[in-house]
Amino acid sequence: MLDDKDRVFKNLYGLGDWGLAGARKRGSWDGTKAILEKGREGIVNELKASGLRGRGGAGFPTGLKWSFMPKTVGERPHYLVVNADESEPGTCKDREIMRHDPHLLVEGCLIAGCAMAANIGYIYVRGEFIRERERLQAAIDQAYEAKLIGKKNIHGFDFDLYVHHGAGAYICGEEMALLESLEGKKGQPRLKPPFPANVGLYGCPTTVNNVESIAVAPDIMRRGAAWFSGIGRPNNTGTKLFCISGHVNKPCTVEEAMGVPLRELIETHAGGVRGGWDNLLAVIPGGSSMPLIPAFQCDELKMDFDGCAALKSSLGTAAVIVMDKSTDIIKAMARIAYFYKHESCGQCTPCREGMGWMWRVLTRMAEGRAQKREIDMLFEVTKQIEGHTICAFGDGAAWPVQGLLRHFRPEIERRIDQYAANPHSDPVQVAAE
Amino acid sequence: MPVRRLAPQNVQPKEFAFTAENLAWAKQQMAKYPEGRQQSAVIPLLWRAQEQAGGWVPQKAIEAVAEILDMAKIRVLEIATFYTMFQLSPVGRKAHIQLCGTTPCMLRGAEEIRKVCERRINHEAGQLSADGDFSWEEVECLGACVNAPMVQILKDTYEDLTPASFETLLDGFAKGTPPKPGSQVERQMAAPVGGPTTLKSMKA
Repeated sequence: MLDDKDRVFKNLYGLGDWGLAGARKRGSWDGTKAILEKGREGIVNELKASGLRGRGGAGFPTGLKWSFMPKTVGERPHYLVVNADESEPGTCKDREIMRHDPHLLVEGCLIAGCAMAANIGYIYVRGEFIRERERLQAAIDQAYEAKLIGKKNIHGFDFDLYVHHGAGAYICGEEMALLESLEGKKGQPRLKPPFPANVGLYGCPTTVNNVESIAVAPDIMRRGAAWFSGIGRPNNTGTKLFCISGHVNKPCTVEEAMGVPLRELIETHAGGVRGGWDNLLAVIPGGSSMPLIPAFQCDELKMDFDGCAALKSSLGTAAVIVMDKSTDIIKAMARIAYFYKHESCGQCTPCREGMGWMWRVLTRMAEGRAQKREIDMLFEVTKQIEGHTICAFGDGAAWPVQGLLRHFRPEIERRIDQYAANPHSDPVQVAAE
Repeated sequence: MPVRRLAPQNVQPKEFAFTAENLAWAKQQMAKYPEGRQQSAVIPLLWRAQEQAGGWVPQKAIEAVAEILDMAKIRVLEIATFYTMFQLSPVGRKAHIQLCGTTPCMLRGAEEIRKVCERRINHEAGQLSADGDFSWEEVECLGACVNAPMVQILKDTYEDLTPASFETLLDGFAKGTPPKPGSQVERQMAAPVGGPTTLKSMKA
């Protein structure tokens, strides 16, 4: 188990003071000026050496992302945008950072802003997180008051930080949709390229980072890249917040080292799978967009980017959704499909039409009211959605269905047989709507 | 994507104007964004309009926001219909219950909570209860998955619910004595029930 002294989120459960005094006791805002004096290159190189990969799902190296910003500031200002639109089902880690240790994020924003020569930062908080937003704003106010940020602050780098919020659209977690929403439009993703580092918010160079990626930056700078890269294994370094939900005895959010075995994670922190490890049916390792992993592959699963990728899934946001053998797996996946149907922004036809189609077919399959050839048809449709949309939403909705078909096809067939073997008053449908 | 339309004309108020206090607040919000980019404040302003109008956004409020931000009305209407936290028809006077029904909550019994809503408030989501005090809807993931199942009412979340504790919660709102927000069982925030497994050596 990760040692307490190696933890970044020391007030994860809100047992201590969230405010500036408490944050200072935990080590925040210590020597920030010296960190900023390392300059853009110094900070970016340290981040690159630490091996930090983005914590928002895609796992793109954070230091590298920061280095994409133009080297000199031209006529267009640079912007830092923090993605706090945490809406991936199963994920509830940024919430804990914002309400219990907001100064980690505020300090991280200052450092990130300095590393990309951005004097303005926006934090886009999802609409539902009202108390979290208030808490974050209070922390920013404290930081302004203590002259830690703002114009002519004690760190010698002018930096203004604002909290912005959404109003209940999952798609705004996609960086281009987030920028559109921040500009006061519908959250419909833009095509890439141009990438935000060139043309982002208001047409200016912008970098969008997840809350957790930003919040660990100050600790990496203070303790050094070697400390961070010494945890986990190469290409998968550092600590990570894991959210364990679903059929476990004690669901919780916990910080652990990358690469922690799934079984250890669940049994040490979440009180084990309901009914024991043998009662496990499947887990979704990284939020609902990732394909599920069936129980027989879970014994050896290491929870990091490479560990999950080896099983054709992904670490995503490290939100582990556990399902025991009482789960109606088809219905659970149909509910995820409904989520995507509800949240599709409607811009690209394969996604807008495909989401509803997949949900309707899966709902019938959950009852067994389907034809076996529709299983292949469903798979084909997921392939027609995947990669054919502007943003990754289509992929993220297609993968969980593909995961279901890959691992639970016999269950779907069994249910179709069961339904067909029993007399029903309604005719079996010929084709999908 | 959900289909969302404005409430019929017979329930729409005749006019809407921001209070002086809210108008001053709106100006502050607009100052957060660069010159000429005041449109960025459209979501916060619509939100404040929703709060002022009693939990939903009337058509006149949309028009008022458009005027303040110098936007075409259709652009603000787009925002109000795209973002699902804007309620387009009246909600319960005492509480509008947003029940999370996505898979992590479903696995832990959100469907049972839903049945309570159907029985006690209205069989249909989005409709008012007979006395007009309550309304409910099933929403997508509210981001408190380790405290599932949960609901959000106004600004607060009520977590780790059971049908019984949810009924107590409804009774509380009906009587005007809502329970304390957060977990409805003995539990520290997102820590495991029974106490954290980590951070034991940390002093607060």
